[in-house]
Amino acid sequence: MTTPKIQLIGVKKRFGSKVVLDGVDLTVEPRSSLVIIGGSGTGKSVTIKSILGIIRPDEGTILVDGEDITHINGAARDRVMKKFGMLFQGGALFDSLPVWENVAFGLIQGRGMARAKARDIAIEKLAKVGLTQDVAFLSPSELSGGMQKRVGLARAIAADPEIIFFDEPTTGLDPIMADIINDLIVSTVKDVGATALSITHDMTSARKISDKIAMLYGGKIIWQGPTSGIDHSGNPYVDQFIHGKAEGPIKMAVKA
Amino acid sequence: MNIFARIGRAVMTVLAHIGALALFTGKALAGIVSPPIYFRLILIQIMRIGYYSLPVVGLTAFFMGGVLALQIYLGGNRFGAEAIVPQVVVLGITRELGPVIAGLMIAGRVAAAIAAEIGTMKVTEQIDALTTLATNPIKYLVAPRIVAAVVSMPILTLIGDSIGVMGGYVVSVYSLDFNGSAYLKNTWDFAHNDDITSGLIKAAVFGFIVALMGCYNGFNSKGGAQGVGNATTYAVVSSSILILAADYVLTALLFHK
Repeated sequence: MTTPKIQLIGVKKRFGSKVVLDGVDLTVEPRSSLVIIGGSGTGKSVTIKSILGIIRPDEGTILVDGEDITHINGAARDRVMKKFGMLFQGGALFDSLPVWENVAFGLIQGRGMARAKARDIAIEKLAKVGLTQDVAFLSPSELSGGMQKRVGLARAIAADPEIIFFDEPTTGLDPIMADIINDLIVSTVKDVGATALSITHDMTSARKISDKIAMLYGGKIIWQGPTSGIDHSGNPYVDQFIHGKAEGPIKMAVKA
Repeated sequence: MNIFARIGRAVMTVLAHIGALALFTGKALAGIVSPPIYFRLILIQIMRIGYYSLPVVGLTAFFMGGVLALQIYLGGNRFGAEAIVPQVVVLGITRELGPVIAGLMIAGRVAAAIAAEIGTMKVTEQIDALTTLATNPIKYLVAPRIVAAVVSMPILTLIGDSIGVMGGYVVSVYSLDFNGSAYLKNTWDFAHNDDITSGLIKAAVFGFIVALMGCYNGFNSKGGAQGVGNATTYAVVSSSILILAADYVLTALLFHK
């Protein structure tokens, strides 16, 4: 059996008295694409941020390539971070830098590559997500939402990461642009041979970009299985979510 | 709510903030001395914090010197001590008003700008993005700003001191009928190196306070536009208060005989 690319064992996280993750167990196999689905505020983002080390879990273990990364810091953390790329929900592009420098950022700052060489790679990666060279010298604020997502995607793949995280990749896009981004995600992940872990509540996107789907509810993974099996999971929570029904076992908290 | 619970909660909040600020300061200092050091970013910040603050510091210093000369002349007039104007102006400016006014101007201009910029980066996940690109946000954002502010403030203060003395000179000579060359000679003979260097030491500390409070409040901003607005307010208010408090402590330390 191969070592899982990412493994979460009993990960718990609370903010004050609010328990967000209540023992999450999750395994992502190498070169597979797992999508975590779940409603807003169920801890999908917290799960990804825990793996990235932006949030420290209170309990549990996170393994990447079999290595325990839950409590590592400094140089060891930097070494693991170089395996990761991430596409943020809002793009999170650096508005003080031109597009090409955003894409090349991890190469220049993280790996100390010469700026001219990093710029060539950035332009090549931008071409992969369907953006021309003249976009490279614009400021992120001059781009549309869909173009910002593409630049974010180019930045996520710029350093050829082993694992790419996608946080709500299609949120805020029109259906056609969403489909284009989904296609790009599928092709770029295959292209760099990466493992993908995504979070979304857009079922069209989830079906298209995943091999496996896991559903997060009440701070736990309540169901997981191959994407083809999602329609006959036999789980009333999953059925309610994928069909988007107000009636069912999931009660949305209406208060903020 | 129980009165003791209220007091307890308030005390705990204050202590938590002090603790968080101390940890942040420690991380920032570690970020300044450990590689990688971003020299390019330090230069950019020296331009933004130091160079672009020159007009506001120069203008306030000029009027401050002028009003100081006028007040001392009018006050000294009561007991026939008008002639002391150049000496008090140079002493007041180099020891106190130069660094403090420059510090407060920088608190308004720079702490606010830093808090707003870093706060916006925080709420739009740009700081998380830095982490995912294997870049330490403290080293990339905080260290260059603190170094730039600590380097820029003494230079700004030295320029402000000169312009302030100039302001006093202009008012004294053109409005109060002082002899120009005698005014300058009195200024030059009276000022000690200690007066000037103590002011520059203060200026460096004020620069540190301003950049640190701007960064700390920016990093801790929550929510959206309102959170960034609050962070900006806290940054200006806290750095202004800390500048005046530090000024007293530094004066007591530097001039304690």
